[in-house]
Amino acid sequence: MLTLPRTVHDQMVAHCLMGLPDEACGLLGGLPETGDAVTCYPTRNLAASAKLYTVDPKDHLRADRDCEAAGYSIIGVFHSHTHTEAYPSPTDVAQAPDPGWHYVLVSLRDTQPVVRSYRIIEGTISEEPVRLRSS
Amino acid sequence: MSILINLPTVLRTHAGGAKTVSADGSTVGEALLKVVAEYPGLSGQVVDHDGALHKFVNVYLNDDDVRYLSGLDTPVSDSDQISILPAVAGGALALRVLRAR
Repeated sequence: MLTLPRTVHDQMVAHCLMGLPDEACGLLGGLPETGDAVTCYPTRNLAASAKLYTVDPKDHLRADRDCEAAGYSIIGVFHSHTHTEAYPSPTDVAQAPDPGWHYVLVSLRDTQPVVRSYRIIEGTISEEPVRLRSS
Repeated sequence: MSILINLPTVLRTHAGGAKTVSADGSTVGEALLKVVAEYPGLSGQVVDHDGALHKFVNVYLNDDDVRYLSGLDTPVSDSDQISILPAVAGGALALRVLRAR
Protein backbone atom coordinates (compact mmCIF):
# COMPACT_ATOMS: atom_id res chain seq x y z
CA MET A 1 0.00 0.00 0.00
CA LEU A 2 1.10 3.56 -0.71
CA THR A 3 0.19 6.24 1.80
CA LEU A 4 0.18 9.80 0.55
CA PRO A 5 -0.27 12.91 2.67
CA ARG A 6 -2.98 15.03 1.04
CA THR A 7 -0.34 17.74 0.39
CA VAL A 8 1.89 15.30 -1.52
CA HIS A 9 -1.11 14.04 -3.51
CA ASP A 10 -2.13 17.58 -4.42
CA GLN A 11 1.42 18.66 -5.31
CA MET A 12 1.74 15.65 -7.57
CA VAL A 13 -1.55 16.29 -9.38
CA ALA A 14 -0.80 20.03 -9.68
CA HIS A 15 2.62 19.30 -11.20
CA CYS A 16 1.01 16.96 -13.72
CA LEU A 17 -1.61 19.55 -14.68
CA MET A 18 1.07 22.25 -15.01
CA GLY A 19 3.02 19.97 -17.34
CA LEU A 20 0.24 19.75 -19.94
CA PRO A 21 0.29 19.18 -22.88
CA ASP A 22 3.37 17.08 -22.05
CA GLU A 23 3.65 14.25 -19.61
CA ALA A 24 4.97 15.38 -16.24
CA CYS A 25 7.00 13.37 -13.76
CA GLY A 26 8.49 13.42 -10.29
CA LEU A 27 9.76 11.33 -7.43
CA LEU A 28 8.37 10.43 -4.03
CA GLY A 29 10.48 10.38 -0.89
CA GLY A 30 9.47 8.38 2.13
CA LEU A 31 9.82 5.18 4.10
CA PRO A 32 10.43 2.09 1.97
CA GLU A 33 9.45 -0.27 4.81
CA THR A 34 5.92 1.07 5.15
CA GLY A 35 5.22 2.74 1.81
CA ASP A 36 4.64 6.08 3.53
CA ALA A 37 5.44 8.96 1.20
CA VAL A 38 6.47 12.17 2.92
CA THR A 39 7.83 14.38 0.15
CA CYS A 40 6.91 15.10 -3.44
CA TYR A 41 9.81 16.02 -5.69
CA PRO A 42 8.49 17.44 -8.97
CA THR A 43 11.14 16.96 -11.67
CA ARG A 44 11.57 18.19 -15.20
CA ASN A 45 10.57 15.87 -18.01
CA LEU A 46 13.67 15.86 -20.17
CA ALA A 47 11.77 14.13 -22.97
CA ALA A 48 9.36 17.12 -23.14
CA SER A 49 6.80 14.88 -24.80
CA ALA A 50 3.11 14.02 -24.49
CA LYS A 51 3.97 10.32 -24.82
CA LEU A 52 7.24 9.89 -22.96
CA TYR A 53 8.95 11.02 -19.83
CA THR A 54 12.52 11.03 -18.63
CA VAL A 55 13.19 12.27 -15.12
CA ASP A 56 15.90 14.92 -15.39
CA PRO A 57 18.95 13.16 -13.90
CA LYS A 58 20.08 16.34 -12.13
CA ASP A 59 16.69 16.72 -10.46
CA HIS A 60 16.87 13.05 -9.48
CA LEU A 61 20.28 13.52 -7.85
CA ARG A 62 19.04 16.58 -5.95
CA ALA A 63 15.93 14.74 -4.76
CA ASP A 64 17.93 11.68 -3.74
CA ARG A 65 20.39 13.75 -1.70
CA ASP A 66 17.66 15.75 -0.01
CA CYS A 67 15.76 12.60 0.83
CA GLU A 68 18.73 10.64 2.17
CA ALA A 69 19.86 13.63 4.27
CA ALA A 70 16.43 13.66 5.93
CA GLY A 71 16.67 9.95 6.68
CA TYR A 72 14.28 8.87 3.93
CA SER A 73 14.68 7.23 0.52
CA ILE A 74 13.20 7.70 -2.88
CA ILE A 75 10.37 5.17 -2.78
CA GLY A 76 8.70 5.77 -6.10
CA VAL A 77 8.09 7.76 -9.21
CA PHE A 78 4.93 9.40 -10.55
CA HIS A 79 4.09 10.51 -14.04
CA SER A 80 1.04 11.59 -15.95
CA HIS A 81 -0.73 9.96 -18.83
CA THR A 82 -2.32 12.85 -20.65
CA HIS A 83 -4.84 10.95 -22.77
CA THR A 84 -4.88 7.42 -21.43
CA GLU A 85 -5.90 5.64 -18.28
CA ALA A 86 -3.79 5.46 -15.12
CA TYR A 87 -2.24 2.10 -15.94
CA PRO A 88 1.43 1.37 -16.70
CA SER A 89 2.23 1.21 -20.41
CA PRO A 90 4.59 -1.42 -21.83
CA THR A 91 7.26 1.32 -21.84
CA ASP A 92 6.66 1.99 -18.14
CA VAL A 93 7.00 -1.71 -17.36
CA ALA A 94 10.09 -2.23 -19.52
CA GLN A 95 11.85 0.71 -17.93
CA ALA A 96 10.76 0.27 -14.30
CA PRO A 97 14.07 0.73 -12.50
CA ASP A 98 13.47 -0.65 -9.01
CA PRO A 99 11.20 -3.52 -7.86
CA GLY A 100 10.97 -1.86 -4.45
CA TRP A 101 9.43 1.32 -5.84
CA HIS A 102 5.82 2.46 -6.08
CA TYR A 103 4.82 3.46 -9.62
CA VAL A 104 2.16 6.14 -9.49
CA LEU A 105 0.15 7.08 -12.55
CA VAL A 106 -1.87 10.26 -12.78
CA SER A 107 -4.36 10.12 -15.61
CA LEU A 108 -5.49 13.47 -16.99
CA ARG A 109 -7.78 11.93 -19.58
CA ASP A 110 -10.95 12.89 -17.77
CA THR A 111 -11.89 16.17 -16.10
CA GLN A 112 -11.11 14.73 -12.69
CA PRO A 113 -7.48 13.47 -12.44
CA VAL A 114 -7.20 9.80 -11.45
CA VAL A 115 -4.30 8.65 -9.23
CA ARG A 116 -3.41 4.95 -9.02
CA SER A 117 -0.33 3.13 -7.80
CA TYR A 118 1.34 -0.09 -8.88
CA ARG A 119 4.22 -2.37 -8.03
CA ILE A 120 6.17 -3.63 -11.03
CA ILE A 121 8.26 -6.70 -10.26
CA GLU A 122 10.02 -8.56 -13.05
CA GLY A 123 7.54 -7.27 -15.60
CA THR A 124 4.46 -8.14 -13.54
CA ILE A 125 2.13 -5.27 -12.70
CA SER A 126 0.04 -5.31 -9.53
CA GLU A 127 -2.13 -2.47 -8.42
CA GLU A 128 -1.94 -1.45 -4.78
CA PRO A 129 -4.27 0.64 -2.65
CA VAL A 130 -3.52 4.35 -2.25
CA ARG A 131 -4.43 5.76 1.14
CA LEU A 132 -4.64 9.50 1.62
CA ARG A 133 -3.88 10.97 5.01
CA SER A 134 -4.60 14.48 6.15
CA SER A 135 -1.04 15.47 7.16
CA MET B 1 43.15 7.00 -3.60
CA SER B 2 39.84 6.03 -2.10
CA ILE B 3 36.61 7.31 -3.62
CA LEU B 4 33.17 7.06 -2.02
CA ILE B 5 30.48 5.57 -4.22
CA ASN B 6 26.80 6.02 -3.34
CA LEU B 7 24.62 3.15 -4.48
CA PRO B 8 20.90 3.33 -5.32
CA THR B 9 18.51 1.13 -3.32
CA VAL B 10 18.10 -1.31 -6.20
CA LEU B 11 21.83 -2.12 -6.20
CA ARG B 12 22.41 -2.20 -2.45
CA THR B 13 21.34 -5.83 -2.18
CA HIS B 14 24.30 -6.72 -4.40
CA ALA B 15 26.67 -4.94 -2.01
CA GLY B 16 25.58 -6.50 1.28
CA GLY B 17 23.00 -3.76 1.87
CA ALA B 18 25.61 -0.96 1.90
CA LYS B 19 24.47 2.52 0.90
CA THR B 20 28.02 3.63 0.25
CA VAL B 21 31.11 1.68 -0.72
CA SER B 22 34.64 2.86 -1.36
CA ALA B 23 37.10 1.97 -4.07
CA ASP B 24 40.48 2.98 -5.41
CA GLY B 25 41.00 4.34 -8.87
CA SER B 26 42.16 7.34 -10.83
CA THR B 27 39.09 7.46 -13.08
CA VAL B 28 35.36 6.84 -12.62
CA GLY B 29 35.68 3.65 -14.68
CA GLU B 30 38.56 2.30 -12.61
CA ALA B 31 36.74 2.93 -9.36
CA LEU B 32 33.59 1.23 -10.67
CA LEU B 33 35.60 -1.79 -11.85
CA LYS B 34 37.09 -2.15 -8.36
CA VAL B 35 33.63 -2.06 -6.82
CA VAL B 36 32.42 -4.75 -9.20
CA ALA B 37 35.50 -6.85 -8.38
CA GLU B 38 34.57 -6.62 -4.71
CA TYR B 39 30.83 -7.17 -5.27
CA PRO B 40 30.46 -9.40 -8.33
CA GLY B 41 26.66 -9.13 -8.10
CA LEU B 42 27.04 -5.62 -9.50
CA SER B 43 28.60 -6.99 -12.67
CA GLY B 44 26.69 -5.79 -15.74
CA GLN B 45 24.51 -3.46 -13.65
CA VAL B 46 26.47 -0.23 -14.09
CA VAL B 47 28.98 -0.94 -16.81
CA ASP B 48 27.82 -3.27 -19.57
CA HIS B 49 29.79 -6.25 -20.82
CA ASP B 50 31.34 -4.11 -23.57
CA GLY B 51 32.79 -1.81 -20.91
CA ALA B 52 30.39 1.07 -21.63
CA LEU B 53 28.19 2.85 -19.12
CA HIS B 54 24.85 1.04 -18.94
CA LYS B 55 22.12 3.13 -20.53
CA PHE B 56 19.71 2.50 -17.67
CA VAL B 57 21.89 4.16 -15.05
CA ASN B 58 23.19 7.66 -14.49
CA VAL B 59 26.57 8.09 -12.87
CA TYR B 60 27.54 11.39 -11.30
CA LEU B 61 30.87 12.71 -10.18
CA ASN B 62 29.88 15.02 -7.33
CA ASP B 63 27.10 17.12 -8.99
CA ASP B 64 27.79 16.30 -12.62
CA ASP B 65 26.55 13.54 -14.87
CA VAL B 66 29.72 11.86 -16.13
CA ARG B 67 28.19 11.57 -19.61
CA TYR B 68 28.75 15.33 -19.83
CA LEU B 69 32.31 15.01 -18.54
CA SER B 70 34.59 12.34 -19.97
CA GLY B 71 32.36 9.38 -19.16
CA LEU B 72 34.15 6.48 -17.52
CA ASP B 73 37.50 8.16 -18.28
CA THR B 74 36.64 11.14 -16.06
CA PRO B 75 39.51 11.58 -13.57
CA VAL B 76 38.69 11.43 -9.86
CA SER B 77 40.48 12.76 -6.81
CA ASP B 78 40.35 11.95 -3.12
CA SER B 79 37.53 14.21 -2.00
CA ASP B 80 35.25 13.20 -4.89
CA GLN B 81 32.05 11.21 -4.59
CA ILE B 82 30.50 9.07 -7.25
CA SER B 83 26.73 8.56 -7.16
CA ILE B 84 24.84 5.97 -9.15
CA LEU B 85 21.12 6.35 -9.76
CA PRO B 86 18.74 4.50 -12.05
CA ALA B 87 17.64 6.32 -15.19
CA VAL B 88 13.91 6.88 -14.68
CA ALA B 89 11.81 6.99 -17.82
CA GLY B 90 8.65 5.65 -19.42
CA GLY B 91 5.44 7.02 -20.83
CA ALA B 92 2.20 6.24 -22.60
CA LEU B 93 3.78 5.13 -25.86
CA ALA B 94 0.71 3.11 -26.77
CA LEU B 95 -1.28 6.33 -27.10
CA ARG B 96 -2.21 5.88 -30.74
CA VAL B 97 -3.23 2.27 -30.19
CA LEU B 98 -5.54 3.25 -27.35
CA ARG B 99 -7.04 6.14 -29.29
CA ALA B 100 -7.85 3.84 -32.17
CA ARG B 101 -10.05 1.65 -29.96
